[in-house]
Amino acid sequence: MNIPATLRYTKSHEWVEALPEGIISVGLTDYAQHELGDIVFVNLPQIGDPVAAGERFADVESVKAVSDVYSPISGVVQAINEALLTDPAAINADPYGAWLIRVSGVALPADLLDAAAYQAEIGED
Amino acid sequence: MSTAQIPLIFERGQAGRSQSRLPVSGAPGAEIPPALARRCAPRLPQLSEVEVARHYSALERRAFGVNNGFYPLGSCTMKYNPRLNEDVAALPGFTQVHPLQPAHTVQGCLAALRQAETMLCDITGMDAMTFQPAAGAHGEWTGLLLIKAYHRARGNSARTKMLVPDSAHGTNPASAAMAGYTVVNIPSNAQGGVDLDALRAAAGPDTAGLMLTNPNTLGLFDPNIQEITDIVHSAGGLCYYDGANLNAIMGVARPGDMGFDVVHLNLHKTFSTPHGGGGPGSGPTGLKNFLRPYLPGPIPVEGPDGLAWQPAGAESIGRVKGFYGNFLVVVKALAYLYTLGREGVPQAAAHAVLNANYLMRRIAHLFPPAYDAPCMHEFVCTLAQLKKEHGVSAMDVAKAMIDAGMHPPTMYFPLIVHEALMFEPTETETRETLDEVADALAHIHAQALADPNALRAAPRTTPIGRPDDVAAARAPRVRYPRPESEARP
Repeated sequence: MNIPATLRYTKSHEWVEALPEGIISVGLTDYAQHELGDIVFVNLPQIGDPVAAGERFADVESVKAVSDVYSPISGVVQAINEALLTDPAAINADPYGAWLIRVSGVALPADLLDAAAYQAEIGED
Repeated sequence: MSTAQIPLIFERGQAGRSQSRLPVSGAPGAEIPPALARRCAPRLPQLSEVEVARHYSALERRAFGVNNGFYPLGSCTMKYNPRLNEDVAALPGFTQVHPLQPAHTVQGCLAALRQAETMLCDITGMDAMTFQPAAGAHGEWTGLLLIKAYHRARGNSARTKMLVPDSAHGTNPASAAMAGYTVVNIPSNAQGGVDLDALRAAAGPDTAGLMLTNPNTLGLFDPNIQEITDIVHSAGGLCYYDGANLNAIMGVARPGDMGFDVVHLNLHKTFSTPHGGGGPGSGPTGLKNFLRPYLPGPIPVEGPDGLAWQPAGAESIGRVKGFYGNFLVVVKALAYLYTLGREGVPQAAAHAVLNANYLMRRIAHLFPPAYDAPCMHEFVCTLAQLKKEHGVSAMDVAKAMIDAGMHPPTMYFPLIVHEALMFEPTETETRETLDEVADALAHIHAQALADPNALRAAPRTTPIGRPDDVAAARAPRVRYPRPESEARP
């Protein structure tokens, strides 16, 4: 299971990356895409929408199920990865490249998991 | 069975072929404004009657229903439907009627609705019921509108959240969203029931209500049910009972006594009216007296000259369907209730629970239950270990069941169980059938260990092996493309 050491994680299987100028990128982990299976549809918020920590901001549909995606942070959506709307399979192919949203105006919260803690969380060895 | 591809009906027939010859009309033709007239004729199939009959008979032979074999689709209650129900629903007094005909000429139909309401309210512990909802999710949505009307009538617009456990059917959050609510997900506890602390933390002045299925989709009856409904009521919310799994407790325990204020039933599941073929269904919504002002109308009531239609009240949520719902489905359910009687209804529930526990125990050493406790009418196995150790998934086992002449169970649901298979044998299966199923599953399990690749290639006996679900979802083709050779006029 691919868990890059440079990223931070949530228990609900989102990854978080701090970009320059206070921008934070959010996506789904390799574990999440593996559990979901082939993703066939992605529903993203609009640019300018507020997101709140712990609340859903997007949903992804796989052949198995529709799953909510929860925001690790509170802030305002600054960009969405529009390419995913027509190519949701990119999340399966490259989960850490296929960011869902970028959020501005927030600092990275302290309660996120590092790679080792996330690894322990999902119990993979 | 022939595995040759059956052409679409659009690909059959010849121009000019038809089934009946209509006499030339003597009526003058109607003028259609040119802007509204179509530019080319619709491309309708042109077949003889026998071609149509053979086409659909060929498709029918490829279908699998409860008449073909074991059909344990969990949370669907695919019980066998006695033919007597069909005979009753085909009586001319129920079929040769018009919904707008004067009430005094259809007293029997109104009486059937009243009697069904009385019996189903007795079974659920409700005070009134509307038969308008056409199916389960429609009944859920209707029930949520009743809850919304209740809060609105009390001037409370702050109650915007609907609590839904994570083991719920997907229709619950969907219906809540359709009714304009924000869904709050309540996690399950280690025993598979509602996490009471999480419920307490979520319930508050913004809570409109809770939607709960009991027994839940794990086939488990929540022993804390009274406390659950108390927590929601104390917070000012109402409790909604999803009747999808009523088959386990009908005639034994009543949602109304557990503290529920609104219920919906699936007559097409619990009360032996066919489903799975596209309907029609019936999802009546029952309610306690304090919600009666919001009931959709018209409602059949006893009047001085027999039964009459009473219009909906001023505070009604309004109609949710044309006329009176899928009336003949209600007639079938009524026939079923009269057949079983007061003693037979709880017996059917008890047999459903017994059958599920019997099958669960017979296969538990191979396909372990997700929660090791006595189940109600259905149980969920987890094949996570089989997948990890032998690379055989729940999907592979389900597909192998098709080759064994059985319908697969519900797969990958509820979502909180990994590699889930959810069996609901129902009360109408015999012990011999359950033993055959257990033996077949043991054979499949042995094959999973000995030759996993064979299972991954299942099913082998069907015209289509494994459909490409991903391609179908990503690029659905849902209409017939006119062939290039057929020029548009």
